[in-house]
Amino acid sequence: MGGGPGRRGRLRGAMRVPREQLRALGLVAPLLIFIGVTFIAALATMLMRSVHDPVVADALPETVALLRGWDGERLPAEAVYETAARELSRAGEERTIGQVAGRVNRVQGGLRSVFTRTARDLEDEAPDPAAATGTPWRDALIALDTAWADPATWHAIRTTGERFTSRNYLNAVDMDRLPDGTIARQPEERRIYLRLFWRTLLVSGAITILCLLLGYPIAHLIARAPPRRAALLLVLVLVPFWTSLLVRTTSWIVLLQTQGVINDILVAIGLVSDDGRLAMIYSMTGTLIAMTHVLLPFMVLPLYSVMRGIPPQHMSAAASLGATPLQAFLRVYWPQSLPGVGAGALLVFILSIGFYITPALVGGSDGQLISNMIAYHMQTSLNWGLAGALGGILLVGVLALYMVYDRLVGVERMGLH
Amino acid sequence: MVKQRPDGRRSPPAPAVGTASVLAPRMGSFAYHALCAAVFVFLVAPILVIIPLSFNAEPYFTFTEGMLRLDPDAYSLRWYREIIDNEAWTGSLVNSLVIGVSATVVATVLGTLAALGLASPGVPARRVIMGILISPMVTPVIISAAGMFFFYSNLGLGQTHLGIILAHATLGVPFVVVTVTATLAAFDRNLTRAAASLGAGPWTTFRRVQLPLIAPGVISGALFAFAVSFDEVVVVLFMGGVEQRTIPRQMWSGIREQISPAILAVATFLIVFAALLLVAVAWLRRRAPG
Repeated sequence: MGGGPGRRGRLRGAMRVPREQLRALGLVAPLLIFIGVTFIAALATMLMRSVHDPVVADALPETVALLRGWDGERLPAEAVYETAARELSRAGEERTIGQVAGRVNRVQGGLRSVFTRTARDLEDEAPDPAAATGTPWRDALIALDTAWADPATWHAIRTTGERFTSRNYLNAVDMDRLPDGTIARQPEERRIYLRLFWRTLLVSGAITILCLLLGYPIAHLIARAPPRRAALLLVLVLVPFWTSLLVRTTSWIVLLQTQGVINDILVAIGLVSDDGRLAMIYSMTGTLIAMTHVLLPFMVLPLYSVMRGIPPQHMSAAASLGATPLQAFLRVYWPQSLPGVGAGALLVFILSIGFYITPALVGGSDGQLISNMIAYHMQTSLNWGLAGALGGILLVGVLALYMVYDRLVGVERMGLH
Repeated sequence: MVKQRPDGRRSPPAPAVGTASVLAPRMGSFAYHALCAAVFVFLVAPILVIIPLSFNAEPYFTFTEGMLRLDPDAYSLRWYREIIDNEAWTGSLVNSLVIGVSATVVATVLGTLAALGLASPGVPARRVIMGILISPMVTPVIISAAGMFFFYSNLGLGQTHLGIILAHATLGVPFVVVTVTATLAAFDRNLTRAAASLGAGPWTTFRRVQLPLIAPGVISGALFAFAVSFDEVVVVLFMGGVEQRTIPRQMWSGIREQISPAILAVATFLIVFAALLLVAVAWLRRRAPG
């Protein structure tokens, strides 16, 4: 699309003034390099983290290598136990055992303490209890913790020992690789991410519809108002647009909380009893209201710029030809406003699915979206690989939607002004 | 309740301005204007409500009876005093300004140069380059912040002012590119040709002809970039330490941990600031060519 004329233009430019073209590239280059380093490389680092995790492979290299030949069902051979005991003890000395334990614990809950304790015990009983007493390492380790008699423990080491792994992406869509190598869905209680993605899409859809319902009438009003009043009304849309996101979110906390302004009004006019105050915030309701408020200008501005171009005579023409107002609206006005509807809806939807701050502050526990889960894994669980995978999936979705937006509207013309 | 009345009055008393042709009957027109008025109230009232509450003499987030009676004793400047006396807040203002201004300078210089380059004819792969330059604006900020956290920590720029300045410049630069590009689209290229034919070199042409004409666009781009940095919290949350606490970061912990009306005083300050930005950008747009 448009490749033909573009290419021709480029050829013509190249033949006429190659110097000018070089100069143009020279002007663009600094920013291109800057974005490449500060941004593209940063995203690449995150995506790399989602597939690359060398911690276990570096800490227990020989164990991981030996486990490659393991059948996954019976307990591993004595040699594996011996190597594992040596490498665990070394990881304990080198203080990397905490990271290793954290990794395996994600595959098999409860292993964190098994690994740290085993490493500590092995260090304490140095140098070589098994050689001294003659007991095999297998029995020695199982005596320290029965988890070492569970093939799942060894499976956890083998899986986390892969330097390059698809595990994070599998987990991000509620799947996992079983000990026998097949891929299966997670057990019911661990399926959370697909539901969260789905909820994010639903909430974003709901917010888009709310913004359209609220934004369409006022965009129409502004587009038809005489210039001075239009400018004034536009300011009412732009003030929230320019106001800090944190301020707007704070406003909703002030308004919606149980001891807040709206509840006070409801109590004062007797609609609600004092102990029957409504819980409107720290929940999905809070997320929906506050995000609709935050994103409404992004719907109104593109709608307005399209509606301004619809000649008002069209509606009077339709009326003079006998159309009822509803018919005239549905058959004449609405179709002409569709580009604005598409642009606004797409923009609001895209911004919603990546939203973080407002749900984090007013969403409570059930109003959280996928971004909040990414933040949780970044800051609290410190499962950066999974955060990277969730971010990678979100990024692909958002970029795909932006390409649609770019085709329809042009990404340079985002409703900024 | 007191709050609602002044806003409600803003609704035009339904002088159907030809608008109503969509919903001609009186009832429809009335409903339409009432709906529009309600939406405008929804847009603006939550922001306005903050301002009187920031003068509350009591540590509440709602109107006390005294405030409703307009009793002067119910109002006070105690929260403003609290902010001014609190080093955490004044320090965060300094951080916000230092980071915001530095990021704006970087973003404006690089963004303006790139927009100038992109506007000249015959730039190869213009669309692709534009896409890359704008990508920080379209990427969800949580993803950008996560990536920057990993990358900048690797470079040893975690928990430094420099790291956050670079990150904010990156997030702000697409706004400069977009704004300056829009201004340049209305720029008459014959002017530069005329200057060249009169013997001006490229630098003189830029400085004496092009720059003065596109200056409003450059300045509004810079204001956008500054606003982005001044309101940014996620990158600071991920990458910043105690030394890099900015105003939004301080508000964030204020909202999450110990919410006090002092936050409303800061919010009022930010609302005034936003209004000034809005006026400035509107004024600059009127001066832009085309």
